[in-house]
Parts: sequence; C-alpha cells; structure tokens
Amino acid sequence: MKQFTAFVVKEFRHMLRDRKTLMILIGMPIAQILIFGFALSNEVKDARILVVDHARDATSAQLVQRISQSGFFSVIPGVHDEHDVENAFRRSEANLVLVIPADLNKRMVRQEHTTLQVIADASDPNHATTLVAYLSAVIGNQARSTLVHQRPPITTQVRMLYNPQLKGAPNFVPGVMALVLMLVCVMMTSIAIVREKELGTLEVLLTSPVKPLVLIASKVVPYLVLSVCNIGSIVLLSTFVLGLPVQGSHVLLFALSTLFILTSLALGILVSTIAKTQAVAMLMSLMGMLLPTLLFSGFMFPIENMPWPLQVLSNAIPANWYYRIVKAVMVKGLGIESIWKETLILGGMTLFFVVVSIRRFKVRLS
Amino acid sequence: MTSAAIYVENLFKRFGKFTAVDSISFDVQRGEIFGFLGANGAGKTTAMRILCGLLAPTSGKAVVAGYDVSTQVEQVKRNIGYMSQKFSLYEDLTVFENITFYGGIYGLTTNQLAEQRSELIERLSLQSETHSLVRSLPLGWKQKLAFSVAMLHHPQIVFLDEPTGGVDPVTRRNFWDMIYDAADRGTTIFVTTHYMDEAEYCNRVSIMVDGRIAALGRPRDLKTNAGVATMDEVFYQLAREAKRGAE
Repeated sequence: MKQFTAFVVKEFRHMLRDRKTLMILIGMPIAQILIFGFALSNEVKDARILVVDHARDATSAQLVQRISQSGFFSVIPGVHDEHDVENAFRRSEANLVLVIPADLNKRMVRQEHTTLQVIADASDPNHATTLVAYLSAVIGNQARSTLVHQRPPITTQVRMLYNPQLKGAPNFVPGVMALVLMLVCVMMTSIAIVREKELGTLEVLLTSPVKPLVLIASKVVPYLVLSVCNIGSIVLLSTFVLGLPVQGSHVLLFALSTLFILTSLALGILVSTIAKTQAVAMLMSLMGMLLPTLLFSGFMFPIENMPWPLQVLSNAIPANWYYRIVKAVMVKGLGIESIWKETLILGGMTLFFVVVSIRRFKVRLS
Repeated sequence: MTSAAIYVENLFKRFGKFTAVDSISFDVQRGEIFGFLGANGAGKTTAMRILCGLLAPTSGKAVVAGYDVSTQVEQVKRNIGYMSQKFSLYEDLTVFENITFYGGIYGLTTNQLAEQRSELIERLSLQSETHSLVRSLPLGWKQKLAFSVAMLHHPQIVFLDEPTGGVDPVTRRNFWDMIYDAADRGTTIFVTTHYMDEAEYCNRVSIMVDGRIAALGRPRDLKTNAGVATMDEVFYQLAREAKRGAE
C-alpha cells in the first residue's frame, strides 16, 4: 500500500508538472465541445439565398417573405437577374439560388403545375442537399397555404423524437466524450509507460520489489481521475452552454463512462507493451485507436450506410458501444434495463483488454 | 559458499538458438568491489539481469544475498540496489521527491525516510538544491544522487551498470570515492564498465568473452599472467579472440 501511494503521488507529480500537456488535456474537451457546438454545425441557419424574381408581383413577394422569415435563409437584398447567378456562386456570396418564373401568379390562379428552379452550390454535397430540402419544404408549405379550398390527398405529419429541433448536439456530445476519453487514456497512459522504458527508469523499478500490477495500477490512476473530470466538464458544458442536459441518470452515465475509461486505459497499457518509443506509442494511439473511434463509432458516419464487412468490424470498436450507451442515457433518458446488453459487451471488452494487457506486460518483463 | 554475496554456478541463458551466457561460474565476497568486464555483446548485461531478477536463467544456479534468483526473486530484489547505465532518476521531479519516491517503493517508514533523506542530502551537499528539479543538476551530481538513491534501502549488494558513461574524469574519480566508501561500509559492489582504468580500482575483475568468463582474478594477477603492463592490454588480448561480433 505504501508503495502504491508513493507511486501514485509520483505519477500525479509527473502529470501536474507538465503544465502544457495538462492544459491541453483539460482544455481539449472544452474546445471540442465549443467547436462542435458553434462552429462545426450541420444545422441550416441563415443560408444565403439569391432570388431571381421574374414575376415581381405580390405572390412572388409573399413567397420571398416566407422564405426569409423561416429563419433558415437570409435573402440577399436587391433585384437580380440570371447574370448575377454565376458571379454569386463564384464569389461564394450565395449558397442557393431560386428562380421565380414571370407567370407564377397566373399559373397558380389557374391551378396549373408550376416549376421553380433551385440552383445549389454542390461543392459541398451534403450541405447542398440539406439546403434544397429545407427550401423545398418552405415553398411547399407556402403552396399548400394558398390552396385554401383544396387539400392535397395525403400529407405526412413528422415528429422528431428526442431531438425535435434536429440539433447537432445530441449527436456530437456523446461522440466527443468517446473521442476525448480514448485520446487521453490510450495516448497518455501508453506514453507515460513508454517514457519510463525510454528513460531506463522502468528497469530500475523492475529490480525493486514493486509488483508489476502496482506499477500499472498507479500509472493509470491519474488519468482515470483526469478523465472523470473531463466527463464532468463536458456534461456541464452540454447542460449549460448547449442546452442539452442529461435526460437519464447522472450516476449511470458516470459509472458507464468509468467503465469505458478502464477499457481505454487497458488499451493504453497494451499499446505500451508493443511500442518501444514515445513517438511510436503516440502514432499507434492515433492511428490504431483514435481513427477507428472516429470512423466506426457512428458519430461522424452512419454505420448503417457502410458495407457489411465494415459494419461487422464496427462492432469490435469499444467506442461504438460506449457511444450507444451515452446516447441512450444522455439523450433518450433510458435506464440500465434498456442498455444492459451494450453494457455487458463493453464490460466484456474491458475485462478482455485488462487481462491481455497485464499478461503481456508481465511476459515482456521475464 | 553460501556466505558469499553472490554465488554463481554453471549459469546458462539461451534466447532461441543464441546462447547469451554459457555456463559461467564465479562468486563475489561480501564487501568486495567486483568488476564485470566484457566487450559489447559478450553477455554481461544478460548475466547481470539474471542476477537482478529481471530475467530467469535457462539453467544453472545463482544465489544473490543468500537467495536463489530462480525461486526467491522477491527477496533478491529487496536486498539489492540497481543503477542503470541510463540515468535512472526522474528529471521532472525534485531531489526531494525522487528520494521520497524511491524510499516509498522500498517500503521505508516515514521516520526512516526522513532520516535517510536528510542524511543523504547532507552527505552530497545538496541542501540548496533539495527542491530543484533533478534536470537542473550537473551530470556528475545526478550520477552521485542516483547512486545514493540506489543505496537508500541499505542493500547488501549494489549493481552498477556502466555508471560512469559520459562523465568527465574528475567526476568519475569522485564517483569511485563513493563506491569505495560504500564498500568500506560493507556493501558488495558489482560493477560493469568499459573504462579499463576503473577496472584497476576493483578488487577483482572478470572478463567475459562470447558468453564465457575468459579471465577472473585480481587486476594485478591478470596483468602478470598475461605478461602485459595495463588492463587495457589484458582486455584487448582476450576480446580480440571473440568470435561473436558486437551487437
């Protein structure tokens, strides 16, 4: 116990003394949440739209007003014609162009089929598709509201559960949590152990009566504490800055986060048994751990859209299961009875990695 | 024979097809300064690692401080100190913190630790540097501190793996004064070195060639037997017969 205390004190000193790294480790989740929350958003807000209005009458004015009041678009002021379109896209002044034909009013009165032209900048295909869909919806609403007497035969009524405003936060906050824990735990643990290998201090420790288990356990304690703090800061930011409070139990969220932290720490130890230098440890953590987390957790790219071999592969990524758990607890407010399967799988993975990494660590010594 | 600090009989270590240590036998008496020489790749590091309990021997027997290294690793480790050729203190911790940490892992009580720590700091005249980071100390001081820390728990035997690599001659001389001091107080010193002048400081030396001990004895006797004037020449004569290249 005395050994363990001495060790943990030393590890904390290492961590606290390296101020720059510590600032990065604490600041990273905060920065990521803020960046994802405010800068990297898929939500449509004030997209610039250029309207080429050939009609210039009350009907077209009403339509343009409706578009600008929707909140999704800001209409570029002034009168424009076809010649402005090319320039507007080239100078990135407009994201979208709407061309209203001169006979809009006439055709609507006669209840004839009318086509409006929508031109989008598809150099960013996802964004272009989203914008077109939003604009079509707004125009559709307007068209329907003018047909007072005649209702279209079928309408759909859509309710977006758990996230009615289709905000990005419920998707990326769990993603950032998985990402940050993976990064801090795997990279920092492996570097901390490999550093001692490089310095030659590990050899000295191994000639002392310290048990390898004590050595490993004390290495991970500071990063465990730091990671729980990071989860805390993410949850706080999410609740008070992004307006996304934890719907389910905080205790459950933190308990399962700790489970994932242990998985990541075990992976970090595993990396440290393979890597010989700190640079290799860092590369392995980034390429071998972080990249799969980004690609296969479902946070950036929907897993359902992947070819089946990759879908199968994604099941082997611990972050995938953690991401599902966090989404369930944080966004849907579900309890353990709904996610026991995911928890069991994650727990099994943790156990597996802990056993393998500790065995590898011992084998390497003898 | 069990009264010897280190007793080695037919110690053998093989990695796959490669025989690193080929049936070596020797013993080291208590309080002796034993030089363990050999060219790079001769097998001295492997032998030393076995004696420190870092590696298990393939066969043969080694008793260190009265305990068998194959079966009583724990007790062996409790009774030895080790200083590696790489600098073995933490540069980002202070002198005080380094001593406290190593005291802690050897299970010194708080009182023992406080006593040892102040005595050590005084002996090395490090009072003004107690709370400086080890990084800021000159290399010579670091080496002395590392040696003292390896001796913190009063081990019976201390293993020094090329302790003076890259250190200037004056500091090396000072360092050897510390080794003599420790030996006078009854500690057995087991030291590897590539400096042949340091070999002369040892009570006895062994020279390893291709995993075997090619010569063992007092430096004076080795020189006489070989009919040469310096340890350098003794070493050269033996090492050039080596068939194994340096790693």
